[in-house]
Amino acid sequence: MSNNTAQKQPELVQLLTPEGELRRHPDYPIDISAEEMRGLYRDLVLVRRVDTEAVALQRQGELGLWASLLGQEAAQIGSGRALRPGDMAFPSYREHGVAWCRGIRPRQLLSMFRGVSNGGWDPHEYGFHLYSIVIASQTLHATGYAMGVQRDGALGADGTAVICYFGDGATSQGDTSEAFNFAAVNNAPVVFFCQNNQWAISEPPERQARVPLYRRAAGFGFPGVRIDGNDVLASLAVTRAALQHAREGQGPMLIEAFTYRMGAHTTNDDPSRYRVSAELEEWRSKDPIERVRTHLTNEGIADDAFFAEVDAEAESIGERVRRECRELPDPDPLDIFHEVYAEPNGHIDRQRADFADYLASFEDADAEGVR
Amino acid sequence: MTTNLTIGKAINAGLRRAMESDPKVLVMGEDVGKLGGVFRITDQLYKDFGADRVIDTPLAESGIIGTAIGLALRGYRPVCEIQFDGFFFPAANQTFTQLAKVRRRSAGAVTVPVVLRIPYGGGIGAVEHHSESPEAYFAHTAGLRVVTVANAVDAYWMIQQAIASDDPVVFFEPKRRYYDKADVDTTADLGSAAPMHTARVARPGQDATLLAYGPMVKTALQAAQADTEHDIEVIDLRSLAPVDYDTITESVRRTGRLVIAHEAPVSHGVGAEIAARVTESCFYHLEAPVIRVGAFDTPYPQSRLEEHYLPDLDRVLDGVDRAFTF
Repeated sequence: MSNNTAQKQPELVQLLTPEGELRRHPDYPIDISAEEMRGLYRDLVLVRRVDTEAVALQRQGELGLWASLLGQEAAQIGSGRALRPGDMAFPSYREHGVAWCRGIRPRQLLSMFRGVSNGGWDPHEYGFHLYSIVIASQTLHATGYAMGVQRDGALGADGTAVICYFGDGATSQGDTSEAFNFAAVNNAPVVFFCQNNQWAISEPPERQARVPLYRRAAGFGFPGVRIDGNDVLASLAVTRAALQHAREGQGPMLIEAFTYRMGAHTTNDDPSRYRVSAELEEWRSKDPIERVRTHLTNEGIADDAFFAEVDAEAESIGERVRRECRELPDPDPLDIFHEVYAEPNGHIDRQRADFADYLASFEDADAEGVR
Repeated sequence: MTTNLTIGKAINAGLRRAMESDPKVLVMGEDVGKLGGVFRITDQLYKDFGADRVIDTPLAESGIIGTAIGLALRGYRPVCEIQFDGFFFPAANQTFTQLAKVRRRSAGAVTVPVVLRIPYGGGIGAVEHHSESPEAYFAHTAGLRVVTVANAVDAYWMIQQAIASDDPVVFFEPKRRYYDKADVDTTADLGSAAPMHTARVARPGQDATLLAYGPMVKTALQAAQADTEHDIEVIDLRSLAPVDYDTITESVRRTGRLVIAHEAPVSHGVGAEIAARVTESCFYHLEAPVIRVGAFDTPYPQSRLEEHYLPDLDRVLDGVDRAFTF
């Protein structure tokens, strides 16, 4: 069953075409210096390199799992660079590019996928919450946090805004609808940034929704816009505008970044079972990095030396990621009991002590040569 | 100075005092604003603290607890009212996968001092989903503290302790006892109250220990009174997670018998866990197996049958009698 009217693809905001040409948009003007443009290119290349290395590390058994961001670099770097230091981001589990923009080190991300931690960073230090694995759960946390920002009186031109990342699949969860509604009725300063990468593991958008996702917002009473998610400038400009809209007290906004998951859902997935390579080829021609490189070249704002320098930096980061991943220490067994509770809990303390004794009994046995 | 308060009014007074002493304390839930909640537990708070601190939420339990987590991440102390026990379940994911775990996930970087207030238990002649005792689900979940109260004094202090705790606390309110009264010294310091995780000997005795919590404490005290043959000690558990085993084992080692009564179904319940642990730690002191008295392992029945379903005075006495047949 199909509905042709609903399936007709709407216009999306695009500021940099796949051919590397700048386009003006009346609602989203962007004034970007050559240096900023080169900075975005560098970000894009480096996060792709980190991602490539992480996939390889999983293949070699160094990581238990990895969720690749391949193809979604522009959506993440553009929106991530739109954030101010005091803003707060609530990620899903694929936002390695946003994490990069917030100053999270790759090894901190890898620690979760290697299984040595469940998080790996202090959300308050980076303005970047922990990865959320339960789909859409973070949409409500972002909304509640934004309600707290309102209560702190932290709105205004220099105020605080919140951004929440989630995917096309997450829009089917009740929590997303509840978050949209709580944000709307409270006029909370939160930007909902949906990366529609066309695939929720094996399910395409038509299995998730009958209307384009950005239109969901209208039903809840706030603006929604679809952008070219492979265009770093559109992502930057539209997110910047939405964050400003939020921080000035005008309420939530939904951005649907129309992009494509070029890799598998995770390293455990086999996309050849459910999608055709022609689709991949079509999206490869819209690559988020290539168009920036073309633009830099055509405009003469980067030369071969610059590109070589970024490539060298990428190689050195790849090597560093590999080394740091292997150096991540296994946690102590008694870490199991660590920070389950904030306040003393005699029950857990007793279990920890019993388990420590149990472990020590093996050491005693070893010392006595019993084993 | 003491005031004679119902359990409901005591919780209300405790909420008010917590809100007065800490501007970060918020109350949120369905109908908690102008209405004061369907049981009026938040009565007058909206008028005195305003809509920013007493938040009438959309009718969505997952949304309530999910946004409360976000508010807590921003430094607030939200107290969420879940209107009835049976309405909690849409929020199960936010509670069990997020609220309970986010602190450990962050290795202690994040604190989520959220309180869930849940009126629970039966005996009010209600329609389905308004009479349940789901406490075992919560007590089984690491990262949550679970408490319940049986009198107005504990209601007044323990709601404040729950709010002051940096851990998420599930606060079960015995809805059929909301109107039970007691004298409460509302001028004392919070620090003078017994710690939230401790059990309380509600009635000293020598021959058997009868352990109950929440709405069943009153029934247990009545049973102890009614049993003229034995000197029954009654323990009000108060904290279901963690359990104060020190108080329980001290009592059982003296009396040699333990009967546990709760409204929830017996199988896999709070009583089952306590029975197993007491058997382990007090094996040579026990004169009889630990007896559990609770509801049947069936869904809560239509209200015309609830007097048969809920363990009443006679069922508790029957349990005590069984403990003396060994």
